Amino acid sequence: MEFLNVLLQAGEVAANAGLAGIGAGLAAVGAGVGIGRIGASALESMARQPEATGDIRANMIVAAALVEGVALFAVIVCLLVVL
Amino acid sequence: MPKKMLHLHRPLFTLFITLLTFGVLPFAIGQDIYTEPRTDTTNAALEESHAHPPKKFDAGKMIMHHIADAHEIHIIGDYAIYLPIILWADGGLQVFSSSHFYHNPHHETYDDNFGDQQELHYYSHDEYVLYHEHIYLVDENGGVTVDAETGDALNASVFDISITKSVAGILLTVFLLLIIFLSVAKAYRKREGQAPKGLQSFIEPLILFIRDEVAVPSIGARKADKFLPFLLTIFFFIWIANMLGLIPFIGGFNITGTLSVTAVLAVIVFLVTTFNGNKHYWGHLVWPPGVPLPIKFILVPIEILGIFIKPLVLMIRLTANITAGHIIILAFVSLIIIFGESSAAAGYGVGIGSTLFMIFMFFIELLVAFLQAYVFTLLAALYFGDATQEAHH
Repeated sequence: MEFLNVLLQAGEVAANAGLAGIGAGLAAVGAGVGIGRIGASALESMARQPEATGDIRANMIVAAALVEGVALFAVIVCLLVVL
Repeated sequence: MPKKMLHLHRPLFTLFITLLTFGVLPFAIGQDIYTEPRTDTTNAALEESHAHPPKKFDAGKMIMHHIADAHEIHIIGDYAIYLPIILWADGGLQVFSSSHFYHNPHHETYDDNFGDQQELHYYSHDEYVLYHEHIYLVDENGGVTVDAETGDALNASVFDISITKSVAGILLTVFLLLIIFLSVAKAYRKREGQAPKGLQSFIEPLILFIRDEVAVPSIGARKADKFLPFLLTIFFFIWIANMLGLIPFIGGFNITGTLSVTAVLAVIVFLVTTFNGNKHYWGHLVWPPGVPLPIKFILVPIEILGIFIKPLVLMIRLTANITAGHIIILAFVSLIIIFGESSAAAGYGVGIGSTLFMIFMFFIELLVAFLQAYVFTLLAALYFGDATQEAHH
């Protein structure tokens, strides 16, 4: 009975770590998709209006930082699960 | 050397210095890890360390140790700047150097609930004990009692107001801010009406950038001046604090990567927004105009939660970005050591690739240092603008 308890606890820790890994991976996918879309639309608009390149580039970087913030939020939560 | 040749050599020279600095860093950190923890002059400490077989390198522990706060600024190998420990215990202020702790290591083992032997490293001095960079009172056995399951210490804790690495980093940042801006202010007073010179001409575009691109568009030209000192301070503080974390060899500051520091910054932004909120701000919060009635019932709770969530996300965004950057760079270093443990050739091979990636990551981190400061300031300005919004029907 005690052995089962210990095993369950160990299993729970391992399962938590595994799920945290999956969570971090999903966060990376989310960041990749989000920032990819920002980059794509930025490049498209730069092609349509080359003289606005500077403005577009600045706004693209700001939007990318905000999206990355959300993804790193998920990473922190996964890290808290593991630790 | 003729001047023309100097022009040819300068980019190469810069590249050489960059590679030297950032290329030496991984070896420095590596040496730090390979050296046994400070085993010292006392025989007891020496015996305890000899009783230990050489440990396998634990990348996770090394990374966490470098991200976390510490009571010393570790430079390289055995050299460190020992910061003062300030405790409030025994009815008074106890102040002593942390070298008393770090020169008195203890290594023990204990059995955890899973039947393994876990190692226990801690430092002690007088009646205090330093375990995982937290200070406790010694227990009855003169050491640390550890919860067998979680590894947490069960000793009584002490009120600790020491100067730790992050506190020293914050003081250094403030010192740098004062030097730079007091001298620039003096230069403006002395050279009134003249073109800016020297440090002035470096700082002026930055200040104008924050004023014209961040504060005025978000808050409006009339009210921006009220918030501008705060926005400028936050911007430069976060930027310099981020940059300090990127300098090799000075112990690896992680100032803005600690939740406590960013929490305080976020709380200040929250307080400024709340105390500057005018009628329209609160009115729009509880009764948003131009929204159909059923949606209002969903929107208002979200908006009210948003008052607290927006600063919270501000805090987490900054911490996560900076900490993640540090973790990535430390992970590349760990990669070299992990491969080096299997064979020296693998270590060197991976070392070259890893170092190049690390230099690349350092450049990205330089960008992130500026960008996160800019994003924090921009969002703070937007929240202030929101709070002081005028009616615009």
